[in-house]
Amino acid sequence: MIIDHPLLGPRDAAEFTYMGDAKLIDRPDPDADTAAQDFHDYAYLRDNPAGWHQELWFHEAGDRSWLVVTRNTLTHEISKVELARDVARSRGRNK
Amino acid sequence: MRYSGLRVIKEALTGHKGWTPAWRDPAPKPQYDIVIIGGGGHGLATAYYLAKQFSQKSVAVLEKGWIGGGNVGRNTTIIRSNYLLDGNEPFYEFSLKLWEGLEQDFNYNAMVSQRGILNLIHSDGQRDAFIRRGNAMILNGADAELLSTAQIKARYPFLNTHDARFPIKGGLAQHRGGTVRHDAVAWGYARGADSRGVDIIQNCEVTDFRIENGTCLGVETTKGFIGAGKVGCAVAGSSSRLMAKADMRLPMESHVLQAFVSEGLKPVLPGVVTFGAGHFYVSQSDKGGLVFGGDIDGYNSYAQRGNLPVVEDVCEGGMAIFPMLGRARLLRMWGGIMDMSMDGSPIIDKTHIDGLYFNGGWCYGGFKATPASGYCFAHLLATDTPHQTATAYRFDRFEKGLMIDEKGVGNQPNLH
Repeated sequence: MIIDHPLLGPRDAAEFTYMGDAKLIDRPDPDADTAAQDFHDYAYLRDNPAGWHQELWFHEAGDRSWLVVTRNTLTHEISKVELARDVARSRGRNK
Repeated sequence: MRYSGLRVIKEALTGHKGWTPAWRDPAPKPQYDIVIIGGGGHGLATAYYLAKQFSQKSVAVLEKGWIGGGNVGRNTTIIRSNYLLDGNEPFYEFSLKLWEGLEQDFNYNAMVSQRGILNLIHSDGQRDAFIRRGNAMILNGADAELLSTAQIKARYPFLNTHDARFPIKGGLAQHRGGTVRHDAVAWGYARGADSRGVDIIQNCEVTDFRIENGTCLGVETTKGFIGAGKVGCAVAGSSSRLMAKADMRLPMESHVLQAFVSEGLKPVLPGVVTFGAGHFYVSQSDKGGLVFGGDIDGYNSYAQRGNLPVVEDVCEGGMAIFPMLGRARLLRMWGGIMDMSMDGSPIIDKTHIDGLYFNGGWCYGGFKATPASGYCFAHLLATDTPHQTATAYRFDRFEKGLMIDEKGVGNQPNLH
């Protein structure tokens, strides 16, 4: 697979480490009443869809940026690559 | 029809006209006591033990394709019980004991070959860990033997013990481990279950569950609604996809694991050898091909095919330890979809929905577990209590901090 890095251009997926579902960006509120259950769900449960999946790839053998890659788990086709930083900020995170 | 040597001779003399199909092809009935979803090794074994050990008369197995077309036909055929943790080792030892009597039990030649498995040691830390694991195995009634480099050299003279990147410093052997003809496992269980009245319904995909007031009443399929007192799911890599129809999210990701076979060679490899420092495992099939594998590709996939970087990595691992492997040509490679759980261990448990039971999360070690997985799932379905060797395989172990994490790497499914 080739991942089209937003800053570096097309890179071999072997340079990256897969870090799981991009929903892991949205960490639960530790002060919520349901925090224990929320963190269990966050840490252990996954949607694991067959089809389009947004996921985190860490450019470990490159510029060490984190990417959000939209990829089809049935075909391995990649439709969109964003910096995880931009995705997190667009969801209201400050970093 | 009972298979035997005499039968083979009789059929040979009469033109092989007496053989009958090994299982029927029935139409689904409107209602069963127990419906198993998934006609792979685990589902068929479950149906077999339900009929044989637990005297269930009304059981069906639903398979969306043909039986044995998934992971039971795609693995590297290794059986062993060399686990460390209390939640695992008694279960896998139970499984190995079932393998040892399997062919007589279901009257089918599954080519169970206890040729032994050897885990290579490359460092002092690894030796300590393997000694500990060997002792845990012995405590649970399994066999384990620590071998010196000289003992390994005598049995496997072609291993690179002198100038390898990871020199071989010994090994942990389980002599009762070995290989099994994987397809025959599915066929043997299917035949055994069918002859005891189980309906095996192929080309019948489950499209939804019918759940009312928290109780599962049956399944919607491509062949219509099939009612069931209890529904058991054993669909390996498709677990998340199936259970999502019951609004469940599972503690697992689906990953692709590739396996490889070389062209047929004369006998060169007497047992199963695993190389943990590079992650490579190999055995030789009775047909002569070297059957080997390595890591999962490492990203979520339902594609049943992998990518080239892992092919290269696996072959490098093989060349590092078996330089002679470079002379063999790769004949075929294939991929299967693994239900990688968050702690690397399986789940055999009831769900929160009455009448709906789940068996999955086998990661890439499900083949060796097939007999015990079927037996324990049948026990749970028939008696509503877990088998004594499978009490730890619960859904709620993550909530309670009771993970069965053999490698101690935490909740990162692609590291197990």
